[in-house]
Amino acid sequence: MEASLVDYHVADAWDEIVDTDGSIRPAYREVVDSLRSMRGEDLRGRAEQLARTFTERGVTYAYGGVERPFPLDPVPRIIEAAEWAQLSAGVIQRVRALECFLNDAYTEGVVFNEGIIPRRLITSSPEFNRAAVGITPPNGVRIQVAGIDVIRDERGGLRVLEDNVRIPSGVSYVMENRRAMTRTLSGLFSGRSVLPVDLYPQRLLNALKQAAPVGVHDPVIAVLTPGVHNAAYFEHSLLARRMGIELVEGRDLVCHSNKLYMRTTSGEARVDVIYRRVDDGFLDPLHGNPSSLIGVAGLFNAARAGNVTIANAVGNGIADDKLMYTYVPDLIRFFLDEEPILDNVETHRLEDRDVLIEVAADIGNYVIKPVDGAGGAGIVIGPQADDETLAATREAIIAAPRRFIAQRVVAISTHPTLIEGNLAPRHIDLRPFCVNDGNSVWVLPGGLTRVALPEGALVVNSSQGGGSKDTWVIADHGPGDSAISTPTPWRAVPETVRQDGPSSLNRSDQQ
Amino acid sequence: MREPSLLARMAESLFWIGRYVERADDTSRIIDSYLHRMLEDPTENEDVACRTLLAIMGVPTDRVDKVTTPDVLELLAYDAASSSSIIGSLSRARENAQGSRDVISTEMWECLNTTWFELPARRAQVSRTGPHAFLRSVRDRSSLFAGLTDATMNRSDAWRFVTLGRGIERIDMMTRLLAVRIASGVLAPDWGTLLRAAGAEEAFRQVYPGQESTELIAGFLMLDPYFPRSALFALTSVEGDLAALSDNAIRLGSRGDAQRIIGQARTTLEYSNPDELIHRLSEILELITTACADATEAITLRYFDKATWVQWESEAE
Repeated sequence: MEASLVDYHVADAWDEIVDTDGSIRPAYREVVDSLRSMRGEDLRGRAEQLARTFTERGVTYAYGGVERPFPLDPVPRIIEAAEWAQLSAGVIQRVRALECFLNDAYTEGVVFNEGIIPRRLITSSPEFNRAAVGITPPNGVRIQVAGIDVIRDERGGLRVLEDNVRIPSGVSYVMENRRAMTRTLSGLFSGRSVLPVDLYPQRLLNALKQAAPVGVHDPVIAVLTPGVHNAAYFEHSLLARRMGIELVEGRDLVCHSNKLYMRTTSGEARVDVIYRRVDDGFLDPLHGNPSSLIGVAGLFNAARAGNVTIANAVGNGIADDKLMYTYVPDLIRFFLDEEPILDNVETHRLEDRDVLIEVAADIGNYVIKPVDGAGGAGIVIGPQADDETLAATREAIIAAPRRFIAQRVVAISTHPTLIEGNLAPRHIDLRPFCVNDGNSVWVLPGGLTRVALPEGALVVNSSQGGGSKDTWVIADHGPGDSAISTPTPWRAVPETVRQDGPSSLNRSDQQ
Repeated sequence: MREPSLLARMAESLFWIGRYVERADDTSRIIDSYLHRMLEDPTENEDVACRTLLAIMGVPTDRVDKVTTPDVLELLAYDAASSSSIIGSLSRARENAQGSRDVISTEMWECLNTTWFELPARRAQVSRTGPHAFLRSVRDRSSLFAGLTDATMNRSDAWRFVTLGRGIERIDMMTRLLAVRIASGVLAPDWGTLLRAAGAEEAFRQVYPGQESTELIAGFLMLDPYFPRSALFALTSVEGDLAALSDNAIRLGSRGDAQRIIGQARTTLEYSNPDELIHRLSEILELITTACADATEAITLRYFDKATWVQWESEAE
């Protein structure tokens, strides 16, 4: 048997490889030829080898309490240079707008005064963190790392599905996928100039250095992890290792006199910047969950005193709330005076009574998402849900319209994926990762393509039993050429006001 | 350039990784040599030999009527719940490595992780191939880990804590082995088995070809300055590691407790009259065993137990 697309039946969605007329899309021709030259068993063998490599390296994700490898599909996802240029410009634009919004929301609140966004949207968000109000990011950056989830709709257009500006995870799989692919399926790469993905740790380290408290030139930086039992522990340790910085847990840290220290074999050592992978609510038991054992008491005060920088900033959750998502195009227009490069998926705000009535009546034809759900939890896909679920969801949205949004059901694009030895269409999404060092927003070429492995499943998430694909951005010119991701100079706060902390934005520039 | 700091929690993990891997290595060698002794010599009393083995590892046997080889293997090799068994030690080593992945090298982590993943399969093979293949693979993996430790880690405190753990465990095992031999008297296995159990047979025969006496063998295992598993060699290397730990230099005149304890044990061995040493062997072995335990406690207090410093005080704003 041959690993081919002969028996491949395109599902009712845009297929990334097979065009509507059955031909192979140009970007994929060489890879499909390479795959054709492999026998079915060979491809399966390679797929097994990929899984084994991951198990050995401990590239795992805890799913349902069990540590298991995050399945890597051997068929790569390819993005051509021109499309990538547009996509990366679009996500950079979003991150810039969200930085402006966060800075404004925690200071002047111009965006509310101008009526762009209703103020109650923020005050009603559980993610609004009063403790964050007094914390001034030293270089004006609140979003050191962002993951902007993008999907392709039925007509092939890219749309943003959600923004993640708290603690987006998954970048380790991007690096590990590439490592495994180049070792196991090197033949697929021959002759292609695929942009490298291993620059990420250096970019992140630089962004963390730039975020150091004022006056600290050679900051001590640490990654804060909830511990080995966290689903993304592998990623925390990989990033710490690749950046050459300490991986700490709450119990390794102690605050006194508004300074943060880690306990080392030679006593306590100051920590200047903390790249935390712990949720806001657990970071500091004095402010959030008082029983949290994974945080460190006094951290927020130390940050407010300007002695330590917390990255990403505390309180970013108001910007990636899914109701806020519906306003991001307005934020782009307001703060940047630009038109959005990437569209949202059509989304309905249920706080509008007429909209609520309409959606409630026709709930089977919408996707209902909790505004603060992470990892695909709580999402109800109308057409795939049973009557009982729909009835419960209808009740829930009527009881608390602020807690949900309704979206059009998008048949997100499919990609041929190796399922039990044969290629079958599976729905995919893409999470490009952005790093903001205050001078520019940089996008890691590619990002994490996640695959929903159950047939027909539309929720693509590593915590929902998904897999992933190596994601290739093809260079315009030659290998190693990264000209197409030239960063756009950017800082949320003008350099001149940096010493005094962020002031209001210069409004005359905005309109 | 900043001297890289080492978290107290990491240091503790590294120390125990060193100890657990060495423990698995030594245990497999001891079981292997004693098991084969039994197979080669049918007159050997299985019950006595098994009790000897358990005694070496500090497992009490007085409540049991009869100890068989499968019992020993279960207790000393396969029991995942026990920190003195091979599988238990390797699982604990991997657990510690998981929490310290960013200070050990990827190769070291992969070595422990793969070893751990393969354990169930290797354990299952024992019914077909016998225990030797299992025990042999444990030694191979331990040696690989030791080699990777030395070949991939910076000579920083992190590396020193691994070798420190390895060294202390090695001294501990050697003294246990000898102490049981002495205590067992006439029932004790022959010296050849003991040498094999200590991984010293070839090394000994190169130095003393054709000779075999209690004095020579005990002297070699205790005092030989060139054999890397001798008590003296391991004590010297542990002392060196302790002296090199970076914050020792700033404490003028005052050596850390652990270093003092190990140093005293080392000088007792090094500057005793060899003939006298053999006659006082059990006393000296006890002294060294105690020194190992005390040194571990001192290291724990000095380097690992930083959490006791936590104080809650009001933050001046």
